[in-house]
Amino acid sequence: MRRIGALFSTTFLIGWALVSAAEAAEPLKVGFMTVRSGALAAGGRQMEEGLQLCVDAHKGEMAGRKIQIITADTAGQPAVTKTKAQELVERDGAQILIGPLAAFEALAIDDYIRQTKTPIISPSAAAEDLTQRKPNPWFVRAVGTSAQAHHALGEYAAKELKYKRIVIIADDFAFGHELSAGFQRTFEQNGGKVIQKLWSPLNAAEYGTYITQIDPTADAVFAGFAGGNGIKFLGEYKNYGMQKPVLGAMTTVDEGILKRMGDEALGVISAGWYSAAIDTPANKKFVEAVRKAYNADPGYYTVGAYMACEFLNNALEQVKGDISDKAAFMKALRSVNMPESPYGQVKLDQYGQPILDITIRKVEKKDGKLQNTVIKTYPAVSQFWTYGPDEFLKSPVYSRDWTPAK
Amino acid sequence: MNPASRPQAVLALLAIAALLAMPWLVTSDYYINIATQVVIAAILAMSLNLLVGFGGMISLGHASYLGVAAYLTIYLSTHAGLGSLASALIAIATTTLLAMLFGYLALRASGLGLLMITLALGQILWGIAYRWASLTGGDNGLGGPVRPRPFGIDLMNPTAFFYFTLIFLVLAAWLISRFVQSGLGQSLQGARDQPRRMRALGYNVWMVQWLSFVFAGFWGAIAGMLYAYYHQFVSPQALHLTTSAETLLMVVAGGTGTLFGPVVGAALVVILKNVVSAYITRWLMLLGVVFVAIVLFMPEGIVPGLRRLRAAMKMQPASSARSALPVTEERPT
Amino acid sequence: MNFWVIQGLNGLAFGSLLFILASGFSLIFGLMRIVNLSHGAYFMLGAYVGISAMAAGASFWTAILIGGIAIGALGAVIERLILRRLTGQPLAQVLVTLGIAFIIADACVWIWTGDPRPVPMPRELAGAFRVHQLAFPIYRLFVIGIAFALAAALWFLLERTRLGAMIRAGVDDLNMARAIGIRTSVLFPVVFCLGSALAGAGGVLAGPILSVYPGLDTDMLPLALVVVILGGVGSLLGAFVGSLIIGFIYSYGQALFPDLAYMILFLPMVLVLTLRPTGLFGRQAI
Repeated sequence: MRRIGALFSTTFLIGWALVSAAEAAEPLKVGFMTVRSGALAAGGRQMEEGLQLCVDAHKGEMAGRKIQIITADTAGQPAVTKTKAQELVERDGAQILIGPLAAFEALAIDDYIRQTKTPIISPSAAAEDLTQRKPNPWFVRAVGTSAQAHHALGEYAAKELKYKRIVIIADDFAFGHELSAGFQRTFEQNGGKVIQKLWSPLNAAEYGTYITQIDPTADAVFAGFAGGNGIKFLGEYKNYGMQKPVLGAMTTVDEGILKRMGDEALGVISAGWYSAAIDTPANKKFVEAVRKAYNADPGYYTVGAYMACEFLNNALEQVKGDISDKAAFMKALRSVNMPESPYGQVKLDQYGQPILDITIRKVEKKDGKLQNTVIKTYPAVSQFWTYGPDEFLKSPVYSRDWTPAK
Repeated sequence: MNPASRPQAVLALLAIAALLAMPWLVTSDYYINIATQVVIAAILAMSLNLLVGFGGMISLGHASYLGVAAYLTIYLSTHAGLGSLASALIAIATTTLLAMLFGYLALRASGLGLLMITLALGQILWGIAYRWASLTGGDNGLGGPVRPRPFGIDLMNPTAFFYFTLIFLVLAAWLISRFVQSGLGQSLQGARDQPRRMRALGYNVWMVQWLSFVFAGFWGAIAGMLYAYYHQFVSPQALHLTTSAETLLMVVAGGTGTLFGPVVGAALVVILKNVVSAYITRWLMLLGVVFVAIVLFMPEGIVPGLRRLRAAMKMQPASSARSALPVTEERPT
Repeated sequence: MNFWVIQGLNGLAFGSLLFILASGFSLIFGLMRIVNLSHGAYFMLGAYVGISAMAAGASFWTAILIGGIAIGALGAVIERLILRRLTGQPLAQVLVTLGIAFIIADACVWIWTGDPRPVPMPRELAGAFRVHQLAFPIYRLFVIGIAFALAAALWFLLERTRLGAMIRAGVDDLNMARAIGIRTSVLFPVVFCLGSALAGAGGVLAGPILSVYPGLDTDMLPLALVVVILGGVGSLLGAFVGSLIIGFIYSYGQALFPDLAYMILFLPMVLVLTLRPTGLFGRQAI
């Protein structure tokens, strides 16, 4: 039975080679892993919107080939994510994957991606090691790593804001640990000192017990939250009468939740590789399209999925829509070079990680609406900041207990 | 032996034959992998059924055994450098020891108290897996184990791995049914229905229940070991309350106190969650609706419910009025 | 010194929140012996209904009322159509209440999109109350007040009214209560409806502190269970004291033993249940 199968597939492969000229007529199947149920559903929906916008902008065709998107709901659970990857690749015949949302989902399918040699573009999952100590040759990321933007914020806090003592409060999971450690590293290297670190569980019911522990001698608080926790934290922070300035992670005041916030978010300074308020023609066009289609500003997930799709388009154009040679396609995917995009200029390093302009952003009210106004831009920031890959990769991956070597 | 068990044995053989034929019936590896997941979930549900169905002890912490065995299997083979057989054996043994401790603690109470103790112990383990990141990888989980090659058979092949898990399911079904029919199993069911009388008759009810707890933990550990090699990955999700609750739902939906109820329940949940979700966005709602429908139309579970329907069709229609059986009245053998 | 005062206040406020969450759960559980695993979902749905009411122009206070009435009505329907058939079948109750919780949770994602939502609070309760260097949110002080008022009202209901006497008789010995002519077919729907309404109103009330998001239901349900189990079955006093104790354990524990943050509520529960299976205030084993 299996031998017959093998024979069959050999014939099929030969047949494939013969018809590859006619391949242009075949639609390219792209498997898209998102989240539609459970706690991460909001991010999943924004990802779907971003992707849809990009597909529509290309009228469903890239490099002359029809693009067929097959969507799967991972429920935000690692075990389901693996099954969904199998479903897309083995049953539906997806040739390329875009997704998944969370880092722990991406890690759950890391081995599977290697085994099946399926090119995958991450629109969101930011885990550092996916493009650092354990790079996957089939993996390319369309967003920054956890710490990529927060290295810049650490330097900015020390050099420009002149803060000396900072308290970190962040979600107690890998993303929170990594982005906080990145911030701490550059902040302390520039003369600052992190005097206290508070890790609140991802499902913490309320933040009062943490807010009241904040050291009163601190100059400012760095709040590293994801999902909806930024809303909850900033609201309570204000109600506890706290006056210290707040620095935020990109996701603490992401546009996806900023639209729900009130005055408590005003003045929060954060860093990111994107802001809906970036004033370039490419971004203005993108923001206009998102506002028109979904009546909201694009944030982390929307732009991440949009850019993952644009990466795909860019790579497909390089190989003229022919992905039969996977190695050549991966090479093209890793050579993505976009002089203009909502992010600004983007190209990838040799680990499959984009080098991005990092903006320092401040929440301000404009036309009655909150936005992340850009107050400074660090151009072409690598995931390794200024350390260089060799030095950077020598130290272990950022974690809860990571203390920078000074 | 009760004569009722003969059709059940025939049914069992038929079911096993169908499962053996699976790889010929479906051509895609994807469906074989789904079947493998059903088998693993079924082993876990069967082991929980020992407690819930036969022992009348509702546990909401059964994911503990799945998760701990999975973590240990992966940690020992990829991080501590042990061979796959040694890792599996140590993982199963350690998890069984844990079941001894958990059984001891949980049996301090009964009924809801027992449910809450198992829930709390499960939450504590989940917290450890989440917080002790240097050992468990935190929310990122642990990955990287390669499936073993016993006797030169490559278990990376989905079909081979499916048969590998099937061996354990057959073993579990056989040994669990033997256990249930044994004197120990009979006294477990006696303790479920008439604890006071059993004590008066001189049975050591506590010991009987504790041994069942340990036996159930052992099979939970087997499921965990298979889970680790199937997914080649484990994260705190495996220990989460939702995993425990899902397993309990499999048991109750399929039919408590029956041998094959948990298998049917496992198939129902795994297929709705993994296959049907590809076609229906609101599959979670559908799962809820299915559970409510089961309770309304066959409150004793799918397997006993179907059996009752069949009996009702054979005999005069009057017997179908015998609905809403209290779950504990259903006897397995 | 400051630490103990402020964390004590935090604990008191969080405990009050827990009592608002758990009182309805305890009432239903004590009388009907139903472990209502949809209680967290009722709480979340109440909060969502509340924000929609406020978005439509209702005041915060009206929104609490609407949330309570809506979820109370839902509870009455569920009791009438489903739970009534399942008396004395704990496993069928587990299955059906979890099934309903799945349905409600997914319906909320469907209707309210899964975006995390803040719940606005009345302007006059915003901000902090200051004494010396201490600052504490006015809204939390208000929640503490509400919890004590609710406890008093429930106490009055149970101890001073005819309905309360019937409930107490039912909690003590259901068969005996039936024997002396208390009609459980009337009593159960009333209590289930009241318990659900408390969950719905509680969701709106807790909203300004917790916000509303998918997953709020599963975050809160174990807390309700912990409170009721620790306090003991069917005891209003137990649920009240249990809530406050858990509130204090939570706030001091999180601050003093951050590494135990995930188990700070469950370790004490295992201890109490293994040493005293009736809970702290229960008279009968649970």
